[in-house]
Amino acid sequence: MSEEDIIQAEEQRVDEAVERGDIAISVRGLRNSFGDQVIHDGLDLDVRKGEILGVVGGSGTGKSVLMRTIIGLQTPDEGEIQVFGESMVGRSDDEALAIRKRWGVLFQGGALFSTLTVAENVEVPIREYYPNIGPQLRDEIAAYKIRMTGLPSEAGPKYPSELSGGMKKRAGLARALALDPDLLFLDEPTAGLDPIGAAAFDDQTRKLQQTLGLTVFLITHDLDTLYSICDRVAVLADRKVTAVGTIDELLATDHPWIQEYFNGPRGRAATAAVSREKGREQKKQAADGPPDGRR
Amino acid sequence: MNKAADLAEENRDGSTVIQLSGSLAIACLGDLPDRLDAVQGPVSAIDLSQVDHMDTIGAWTVHRAAKRLDCEISGASEDAGRLIHAVGELDEPVPIRPDNVHPLRRVVGQIGEAVCASGTTLIGLLGFFGATLVATWNVIRHPHRFRINAVVQRFEVVGVSALGIIGLMSFLIGIVIAQQGSVQLRQFGMEMLTINLVGRLTFRELGVLMTAIMVAGRSGSAFAAQLGTMKLTEEVDAMRTIGVSPMEALVLPRTLAVVVMMPLLGFYSSVVAVIGGGFLCAIALEIPPITFVQRLREVVPITDLWVGLIKAPVFGIIIALSGCFQGMQVKGNAEEVGLRTTAAVVQAIFLVIVIDAFFAVFFTWVGWN
Repeated sequence: MSEEDIIQAEEQRVDEAVERGDIAISVRGLRNSFGDQVIHDGLDLDVRKGEILGVVGGSGTGKSVLMRTIIGLQTPDEGEIQVFGESMVGRSDDEALAIRKRWGVLFQGGALFSTLTVAENVEVPIREYYPNIGPQLRDEIAAYKIRMTGLPSEAGPKYPSELSGGMKKRAGLARALALDPDLLFLDEPTAGLDPIGAAAFDDQTRKLQQTLGLTVFLITHDLDTLYSICDRVAVLADRKVTAVGTIDELLATDHPWIQEYFNGPRGRAATAAVSREKGREQKKQAADGPPDGRR
Repeated sequence: MNKAADLAEENRDGSTVIQLSGSLAIACLGDLPDRLDAVQGPVSAIDLSQVDHMDTIGAWTVHRAAKRLDCEISGASEDAGRLIHAVGELDEPVPIRPDNVHPLRRVVGQIGEAVCASGTTLIGLLGFFGATLVATWNVIRHPHRFRINAVVQRFEVVGVSALGIIGLMSFLIGIVIAQQGSVQLRQFGMEMLTINLVGRLTFRELGVLMTAIMVAGRSGSAFAAQLGTMKLTEEVDAMRTIGVSPMEALVLPRTLAVVVMMPLLGFYSSVVAVIGGGFLCAIALEIPPITFVQRLREVVPITDLWVGLIKAPVFGIIIALSGCFQGMQVKGNAEEVGLRTTAAVVQAIFLVIVIDAFFAVFFTWVGWN
C-alpha cells in the first residue's frame, strides 16, 4: 500500500468511527493566529470516547489555545470542530448550550468564584441549568461531588482564598463534574502540586474516568501523569498535531522534539519509575499466587 | 436515552415496589426527586430494571430514596449498580455555607473588628512614620544612598503632571466661590467683599485642601497600587534579599516628592483660584482687574499664605505615608490591592481634613486670623 492509501484508509476509519459515535471531539484543519503569529495551521485531532488523551507540547505551541478553541472561548480563523458529532464553529451561544452542559472544564488556577464557598461553587452549574432541582437535593449533590474529588467535608463551607493550591484544583474539578459531564477538559491539573498531591490527583482522575465513563482531554507538562493515566498522547509541534498514539508508539517515531521530550533526563526518570512500578507489581503477584487480572 | 424518568408504585406479592423507568440523568429527571420524596413506606424494593440510562445524580436520587425508605435496590444494570455503590460510599454530610451567626452578635463582632482594625492601622501608620524617619536619618548619614533620580522622576509624576488638572479644578473653584459669594453679599450691597472672600479662603484653606484631595486621589492611590503590586510579585522581598531597603528605595523618594510638591501645588492652586475669582469679578461684577489686585493686597494678610504653606507639607506626609503604608500591607491576592488602594485614599483624605481642623484652631490661637 502506498502512503496515500494508508492515509485514505485512516480517514475512512475515522469517518466510520464518527458515524458509530466513537469519537468525542474531532478537529479538522484548524487555524488560529494572533496578529502575525500563527499558532495552529491545519491542525487535525480526534479524541475517542472514553479515553484519556494527554496533550503535550513545548511552551507557546498553543495547547491552551487548542482547548479554548474547542470549548468555544476562542473563535478559530479556519477549520471545523465537532463535539459529539455536532459542529461547534459558528454556533450561537444558545445553540451551544446543549453541548456545554455535556462538558466540564478545569482551568489552570481552578477559576473558582471567589465570593462563593466551595460547595456553592459546585452548585452554580446545577442552579443555572436545572432550577427544577430543589435546594436540599442540590446541597446533597454538591456534597457527594465534593467527597468524590477527595476533598474533606470541612472544605465545603470554605472560601477559595482559604484553600491550598491542590484543594482549589480539586474544588474546580468538583465544579467541572457538577452536571455529570461526558467530557472533561483539564488544563495542567497537576502543575504546582507536590509530587504526592499530583500522584493523588492523577489517581483520582483515573478513578473518576473509570467510574463515570468520562472522556478526558488533558493538557499537561507532567511526564508522570502521561505515563500513569493517559491512554494516548497527542504531541503539538510545528503548529499542528505531529503525532498521536500511546507512548510506545510515540517513542518509535523519529521526531526530534518527541525524542528529546521522552528521552531527556526527566523522561527517562519517568520511564524508569513506571518500569520499577511494573516490576514491583509482578513480584507481588508472583508472591501472592496467580494474578487475578485486576489491578 | 432521553426518555423522561418516570415512577410507578406496584403491588407485587403483597408488598409495594417502586418501579422506575426511563433515563435517570440530570436532564431527564424532571420532578422525579420530589415525587420519590412523596412516596410513603413501607416499600420493599426499588426496581431499576426498566431504567435505560443513569448518571450519578440519578444514582444519588435512588440511593437517598432507598436509604429513607429502608428498602432494597433490585434490577440494577452493572453500570447503574457501580454508580449507586460509588455515590453510596460518599454519603456523608458536607456543610455548604459557613455557620450562621446571630445578626446581633455579628453586628457587635463587626463593630469590634472595625475598632480593632482602625486602632492597629493608626498604630501601624505611626510605626511606618517612624520607619520613614529612620530611613531618612540613614540617608542623611550616608548621602550616597540618596536616590536622586527616583526622586526627580516622582517630582514629575506627582507635581508637573498634576498641573493641568489642579489648575482647571482651582480655576473653577475660584469662579464658584466668587459667584456664590457675590450673590449673598449683594443682598447687603457689599459686593466688594467678594474679593476678601476669594483671597482669604483660597490662600488659607481651599487651595491646599483641594490640592491635597487631588494628590491623594492621583498619587496616593498610585503609590498604594504600585507598592501593593510589587509586594504581590515579591519584588519588595527580592529588594530586601539583595540588600536594598524598600523604605529607602521606594517609600522615601515618594514621600519626599509629595512633601516638596504639595506646597508648590498648593500655592499654584491658590493663585489660579484667585485668578478664577478675579475673572468672575471682572465679568459679572465689573470690578476691573487692577482694582481686584489692589484690594487683594489690602485685605489678604501675608500670614494667610504662611498658613497654607505650613499645612501643605504636613498634608503631603499624610498622603504619601497612607499610600505607601497601605501598599506595603498588601498580601495574598490581587483583590487586596484594590481594597488597599481605596483604603489609602479614604484614609489620606480623612486624616487631612482632621489635621486641617486642628490647624484652624491652632492658627486662630496664635493670632493668625
